[in-house]
Amino acid sequence: MPMSINWFQSIRAAWILLLCLISAYSHAQLNIEIFGGGASRIPVAIVPFADENKLQQSITRVIGDDLQRTGLFRLIDPAGLSPHAPVEVVYGDWVNRGANALVIGRVAAVSGDQVEIQFRLMDVAKKSQLTGLAITVPTSQLRAAAHRIADVIYEALTGDVGVFSTRIAYVLKRGNKYALQVADADGYNAQSIIEYTEPIISPAWSPDGKHLAYVSFENKKPIVYVQTLATRERRAVASFKGSNSAPSWSPDGKRLAVVLTGQGGSQIFLVNADGSGLQRLSRSSGIDTEPNFSPDGRYILFTSDRGGSPQVYRMAVGSSESGNAERLTFEGSYNVSPDYSQDGKSFTFIHRNNGQFNVAVQDIGSRQVQILTNSKFDESPSFAPNGKMILYATEINGHGILSAVSRDGQTRQHLTVQTGDIREPAWGPLPTWK
Amino acid sequence: MRKLLGISLIVLLSACASQTTQPEVDDLTAGSGAGAGLGGSDLGGAGSGRPGYFSQLNDPNSILSQRSVYYDYDSYSVKGEYRELVLSHARFLRDNASASVILQGNTDDRGSREYNLALGQRRADSVKNMMTLAGARDAQIESVSLGEEKPRAMGQGESVWSQNRRTDILYRGE
Repeated sequence: MPMSINWFQSIRAAWILLLCLISAYSHAQLNIEIFGGGASRIPVAIVPFADENKLQQSITRVIGDDLQRTGLFRLIDPAGLSPHAPVEVVYGDWVNRGANALVIGRVAAVSGDQVEIQFRLMDVAKKSQLTGLAITVPTSQLRAAAHRIADVIYEALTGDVGVFSTRIAYVLKRGNKYALQVADADGYNAQSIIEYTEPIISPAWSPDGKHLAYVSFENKKPIVYVQTLATRERRAVASFKGSNSAPSWSPDGKRLAVVLTGQGGSQIFLVNADGSGLQRLSRSSGIDTEPNFSPDGRYILFTSDRGGSPQVYRMAVGSSESGNAERLTFEGSYNVSPDYSQDGKSFTFIHRNNGQFNVAVQDIGSRQVQILTNSKFDESPSFAPNGKMILYATEINGHGILSAVSRDGQTRQHLTVQTGDIREPAWGPLPTWK
Repeated sequence: MRKLLGISLIVLLSACASQTTQPEVDDLTAGSGAGAGLGGSDLGGAGSGRPGYFSQLNDPNSILSQRSVYYDYDSYSVKGEYRELVLSHARFLRDNASASVILQGNTDDRGSREYNLALGQRRADSVKNMMTLAGARDAQIESVSLGEEKPRAMGQGESVWSQNRRTDILYRGE
């Protein structure tokens, strides 16, 4: 039987490792720098909430940082004015300062460790409240509460879904250690899910945000694992002879597309999330890799060199023969790493031009391509779940860092870590309460 | 406080290392058991004694002690100068049915990590094909890729990249 002693030994070894790592936290914080920004930014004034200076964590600073990072807002200095309730607002003051919207609020200790935060978003021109929210959280959740408020403000002012309460995953390499980390979308609260002295690549979020699939090289070859974030429990879902890599979840979370080499070449297969039910999907003599499910689950984008150079193709999942795949990219000799936008109408990918690797977006209907960055070594672009930003890895001074660019290329930001190389980012889904 | 935490983390990690070393060492094909459905072979076997042929494999005067095949840029074919090396290992596998290898293909670090993984696989597969044509059995060989993840040389430039475009031959049990 193939269930050899070795297999059990390696599972046991993996468990011991996991138990050791359960409490491994990283203190690395990501810092944000912003370049440029759109021309027509919404002017917003955020007044520090009443009594928030008694908290360890400023709420309004987090809200302001969140809004600024999108490039869609311009923060108006509230200096000298400190209304906390609608009756205290003198709208003329804010008109004079050029604010279109005003954020006010207060915090109050409720009981024990709990804090109640009340906030209101005021429309300065209409002299009325646009929206408001009261939430009670433990002090450990103050940043999360601030992200939630920022989401409400963003949604009221732009009409789009906010993504400040989402999380990102990435791989941090420090010295000879590799850590798969999960952090808030602003880079705070980074936490290691697993650490190892062998490489980890290609993290992929399950649609419910509860699991991460990734590729680990801890057994001298690439193997695809799925790990549950809450319990840290993990299992190998693709551990076949040869290489196993490039996991992508189906939108229902039941299956993964993976790349296997055991039947010759690098080809795309479907496997159930528990590792059962293997089914071959692509069938070519070339390389087929980097599968990415469409949001409706009907198509898979992938990279193939069947035409002589690596290009992005699309195949229908139902037809199960990639012979019918349609080539989507035609500009240049290297277009790889496709990732669908949430509406399924476009995808981001890496485009090589003159030895530079840049983030690009292609509209699927019109085939229109837009190159969004001008750095040298961009990798692994990943759409935010509202389709407005793209997270990617790039290099500065020989170090891997995370960067984000707006869908229109107008705003870019670096999320840097003090030490180590960051790579392989993946933007997580919207939280389940959204 | 942070320092304390750092220290305890190091202690934890080193505890991990010492506990995981043992199973890892002798386990080139760990997990491949589940892949038997893919044409496979269980390279497991796990004999307790170390086979006698290792002395031959590690004899510095034998070509069998050479374990790396290097490639030209954007190429996967085994160059003439490495032909004898690959064929020698193939003959060794043919003559020692209990011996088995894992072939690890590698690439330089330009471009997509997953695409490079596929390119490295092509390199390992090219060595495997040459070996099976020369009489080694399919079940004795597992070709895999490490892509750009395990560079032998760090940095930029052709002298670095050329060392990273390679396939390494590892014998199971070594």
